[in-house]
Amino acid sequence: MNVITDKLRVEDNKWIGQRTIRPDGADKVTGRASYAADNTMPGMIWGKVLRSPHAHARIRSIDTSKAEALPGVKAVVTAKDIVDFPLETSVMLGIQDMRWMCRNVMAREKALFHGHPVAAVAAINEEVAAAACALIAVDYEVLPHVIEIEDAIRDDAPILHDFAKFEGKPSNIAGTMTAKLGDVEAGFAEADIVVERTFRTRPIHQGYIEPQACTVSYSADGRATIWSSSQGQFMVRAMTSLLTGVPQSNIRAIPAEIGGGFGAKTIIYLEPVALLLSKKSGRPVKMVMTREEVMRATGPTSGSFSTVKIGAKKDGTFVAAKGDFYIQAGCLPGGPLRGPVGCSFAPYDIPNVLSVGYDVVSNRSKVAAYRAPGAPLGAYAAECVIDEIAEQLGMDPLELRLKNTARSGTKAAYGATFAKVTFEETIEAIRDHEHYKAPLDRNPRPGVKRGRGLASGFWYNAGGESSAQVNITEDGNVVVTTGHPDVGGSRASIANVTAELLGVDHGRVSVLIGDTASIGYSNLTGGSRVTFASAMVVTQSAEKVIGQLKERAAKIWKIDPEAVHWENGEARPAGPNAGQFPPLSLADLAAKASETGGPIGAGVQLNTAGAEPGFATHVVDVEVDVDLGIVRVLRYTAAQDVGRALHPSYVEGQIQGGVVQGIGWALSEEYLYDRQGRLENAGFLDYRMPVCSDVPMIEAVMLEIPNPKHPQGVRGVGEAPIVPPLAAIANAVHDALGTRFYSLPMSPPKVLERLDGG
Amino acid sequence: MTDIRYLAPRTLDEAVAAFAAAQGAARILAGGTDLLVQMRAGVVRPGLIVDIKKIGEMTEIVEPPEGGFRIGAAVAGATLAEHPRFGKVWPGVLEAINLIGSKQVQGRASPGGNLCNGSPAGDSVPAMVAAGAVVTIQGPGGRRTLPVEAVPAGPHRTSLAPGEILVSFTLPPRPAGSSDAYLRMIPRTEMDIAVVGLGASLTLQGGVVTAARIGLGAVAPTVLLVEEAGKALIGSRLDDAALEAAAAACRAACRPIDDKRGTIAYRTRVAGVLLKRTVAIAAARAQGGN
Repeated sequence: MNVITDKLRVEDNKWIGQRTIRPDGADKVTGRASYAADNTMPGMIWGKVLRSPHAHARIRSIDTSKAEALPGVKAVVTAKDIVDFPLETSVMLGIQDMRWMCRNVMAREKALFHGHPVAAVAAINEEVAAAACALIAVDYEVLPHVIEIEDAIRDDAPILHDFAKFEGKPSNIAGTMTAKLGDVEAGFAEADIVVERTFRTRPIHQGYIEPQACTVSYSADGRATIWSSSQGQFMVRAMTSLLTGVPQSNIRAIPAEIGGGFGAKTIIYLEPVALLLSKKSGRPVKMVMTREEVMRATGPTSGSFSTVKIGAKKDGTFVAAKGDFYIQAGCLPGGPLRGPVGCSFAPYDIPNVLSVGYDVVSNRSKVAAYRAPGAPLGAYAAECVIDEIAEQLGMDPLELRLKNTARSGTKAAYGATFAKVTFEETIEAIRDHEHYKAPLDRNPRPGVKRGRGLASGFWYNAGGESSAQVNITEDGNVVVTTGHPDVGGSRASIANVTAELLGVDHGRVSVLIGDTASIGYSNLTGGSRVTFASAMVVTQSAEKVIGQLKERAAKIWKIDPEAVHWENGEARPAGPNAGQFPPLSLADLAAKASETGGPIGAGVQLNTAGAEPGFATHVVDVEVDVDLGIVRVLRYTAAQDVGRALHPSYVEGQIQGGVVQGIGWALSEEYLYDRQGRLENAGFLDYRMPVCSDVPMIEAVMLEIPNPKHPQGVRGVGEAPIVPPLAAIANAVHDALGTRFYSLPMSPPKVLERLDGG
Repeated sequence: MTDIRYLAPRTLDEAVAAFAAAQGAARILAGGTDLLVQMRAGVVRPGLIVDIKKIGEMTEIVEPPEGGFRIGAAVAGATLAEHPRFGKVWPGVLEAINLIGSKQVQGRASPGGNLCNGSPAGDSVPAMVAAGAVVTIQGPGGRRTLPVEAVPAGPHRTSLAPGEILVSFTLPPRPAGSSDAYLRMIPRTEMDIAVVGLGASLTLQGGVVTAARIGLGAVAPTVLLVEEAGKALIGSRLDDAALEAAAAACRAACRPIDDKRGTIAYRTRVAGVLLKRTVAIAAARAQGGN
C-alpha cells in the first residue's frame, strides 16, 4: 500500500488496538446523551398511531371526521396521504421495496397484522391524540388470518396477497432464492452417510432498549428537518422522501444517539407519518413508540421451518448438502432469505450444494433485519446436522469441521470464490483453547447434567458507500466527521485510527456523526460494514490532510513538499534539508493556515470494496436442571477472525453481544400469539430476553489476521457472532441429555416434556 | 384529560375515610410498583390515590412483647432486608419478598402491595401463607384480622371489603427448631415472574417434623395453603415417602392454566419438585445449617 499504512504495523501502533476512553461514554453514563425521544421544539405537538385490532381485515373505509373535530387535534393522516407505490412496479431503496414499505408504515388495502397502523393523529398532547385515535371509525371486513409458516403454506391457507403466486397458484410464498453448486443428487449418491433433519425456530425481536422515536418539523417553505434514531440518517432521508414525495434536498435528517438497533433500525416506521402530520398541522410533530408498539409492530426477525440434508463419506468428507429454508417475511414480502441460503454451508468446501429459500408471508408484523439476517436460522439447521454426522461417524465434531473447511480458492454456492479464508484458524483457536481442553464434570450433582457443544458460522460482511471529512481546527486539533450512526463503537475506532495516522494524542481527536446536510452520502450502519468502510475513507482523508500539512510546511520552509516528512504529529525536513529547520507541529501549521493557503482539511467519498467474509467458531458448556427443564449456559468461548481490532473492547463487546442474543434465541425468546392472531407477550417481562445474571462472561478470542484489502486490516465483526450460538447450544444440550431438540427455544416446558418421554 | 387527586394522610383513620368516601374510584399507593405500571398501561384510572407511606403503623417493623413480628403493609422489601433480626427468624419470608422485582424495585415494593395486587404469582404470598401470617385490616367498620391465605379471592381480586385497607402482617413467635424457605421457578434467573412459587415453613424436634405449612403460588386462581402437604410431613423425618406424599399433595392441589408463562403439565410437575427442594432448604435452616 502506501507509506502511511506501511507504518501501521501492529508492533508500532500507538493508538490502534488501545482500549481508549469511548467518545460517547461520559454523556451516556451521566444521562446527557440525546436520544431520539429527548428532542423537543417550541410549538411541538404529539403524534399517535391508530393500529389495527384485527390480524387480517380489508379496510372498507376510514372516517376521521370525529377525530378531526376533537378540540386539540391538529392533523390526521391515513394511507391516502402516503405516496402509493402500485403493486405492478418494484421501486427499490437498497434491499427495501417501496411497494411494501408504503403499506408497512400505513395499511392501504388491508390491515395485515394486529397492530398494523391504519391512521395517525397529531394533537396538542398525547392524551388528546390517543382520544382522537379512538374516534376514528374504521370499517373492517375481518378476514381469516394465518400466523405460522406451516399453516401459511398449506393449500387451504388464507391468502394475504392476491399478487403473490407460487407455481402458478395464489400463495403465501411470495418469492424464492436459490444457491446451487454442482449436482446435489449425484453428490448424495456418492455419500456413505446422509443425515436429513427438520428444524423450527420462532420469531425473535431485536430487543433494542430505545423505542423508535422522532421529531419532524416541516416548515412553511417546504423544508423538513427530522430528528430520529436510526441506523442511517441517509436511509431516513431517502425513505421519507420516497414515502412523502418531498425531495431529498428539502429534507435534513439529523441522527440522534441510538439506543440499540441490531438491524431493526435500517427501516423506518414513524418519520414519514410525522412529516405528513407536521406538514398538515404546520407544527413540529413528535412521535414515540411505546414498548408494546415496538414489540407488536416493529421487527422482529423471522421464524423458520427448515430441512437440511448433508451427505458425507465414511472418512467425514462432505459430498453434498441440501437446504430448504421457509422463512417468515411477516405480512409483506422480504424475508432474509440471503442469510440461510448463502451462509448455511459457506464455511465448508462442499462440491454439491442446493440451497433454496422461500419467502413466506403471514399475519405478523413485517420482519426487519436482525444481526446477520437469517444466517443463524440456517446455521442452526446445518451445524446441528453436522454434529449428528460426527456422532454417527464416531468423529470429533471439531475434527469433522476442520476436515471440511473452505479454503482459499473454495467456491461457495452463493457465488463467491474465497480469496483468503480464515475459518480453519477459528476452529484451531477453539481446539487449542483451555475451555475446549478442560474436562467437563457431566453429573456434578443429582438432577444436574452438563454437556459441551460446538458450532461455526459465516457472515458475508460488506463494504459500500461511506463519506468522511477530516478537518484541522484553527487551534491545531482534529475533528473527524463520518456519516453513519455509531452502534458498535465506530467513533472510538475512528478516533484511534485518526490519532495513529496523524501522530497526535488521541485526546486531540473528536469524532462526530454528521447529518445529511453536513457530510456526504453514507450507507446504513449494518452488514458489519461501518468500521471497515469508515476507517477506509477516514484513512484516505487523513492521508490527504497529511499531504496538505507537508505542503504548508514546505511553503514555510521554502523547500520541496517531497522533502518533508510527517512524523509523530510534526512536519520535519528530510533528505538534504534534514535538521535545517525546527519541526512544525500541527498547532504551528494550523496557526499559519490562512497565510499558507487557507483551512486545512479533506474529505473522501467512496464505494468501498474488499470486505472479506467473517468466520466464527464457538464452544459452550451448558447445565440442565433435569427436574425443572432449565438449561443454563455455564461457559462460552467464541473465536473469530476480526482482521484487526481497532478498539478491542468494542470488538469483544460485539462478540459478547452477539452470543448473548444467540443464547436468548436458543433458550428463552419467542413470539407467542393467541388464537385471534394477537401477540401475547408484547413486553420485556414475558418476552424473555436474557438478563445479566442469565449469562456467564463470554470469552471473546479475537484472531487478528489482517484483511489484506483494508488499510488497517479490518474485517467486519458484528454479525458473525450471532450465527453459531443456536446450534452450539443445541449441540451442548444433546451432549448433556443424549436427546436432540429440533425446535427453538429449548424452553423449560419443552425440555421437561422431552425428559418425561414426550 | 384525567384528573387524579393525591392524598398522603398521616393517620389510618384519615386514610380509611378518604378511601371509603371515594367508593371504588380510589387506589392505595404503597410502593407503587404495581399501581403505577397498571396506570401507565391504562388498566386502572383512579380518581384518587391514597399514599399510605406517611402512616407510622404501615411502615414500621415491630417485635411485640408476646414474640413474633408485626410488619406494616407498606414496609419496603429493602427495609425488611436491613432489619437485624427478621431475616434470621423468617429467612423464607424475607427471600420471597426480596424476589419481587429488581434491586431498584425492592426500594419501594411492599408485602402489602404484593398481597393486595391479587396476583396468584406474587412471590411473598406463598411464603406468608406458609409462615401462618395473620393480616390486620381496617375499614369503615373498624378492625379485623384474617389469615393471609383468606385475602386473595381470585386473580387480581381480594376479600377486602370496600373501603378496607390492609394494615399489617403478624408473624407468630417461632419455637426452637423452626425455619422457612421460598423457591420459585422462573425461566430466567431474575427479573421474572413465578411460573410456580412455593413457601415451606417447618418446625423440627429431634429430627421429626412437628409443624409444617406449605404455601403454593401461580398454580391456581389464588395462592393456596396446601394443608395435605403439611400433614404429610408432620411426624416424619422428611424421608423420601413423606416428601413424595407432600409433593403429590402439591401436585394434586394445582389447578393451573396453560398460558404464556407455562403449561398445565409443567406447572403441576414443578410444584412437586419445588416442594422437595424448598422443604430441604427449610429443614437445613431449622437444624442449624445456613
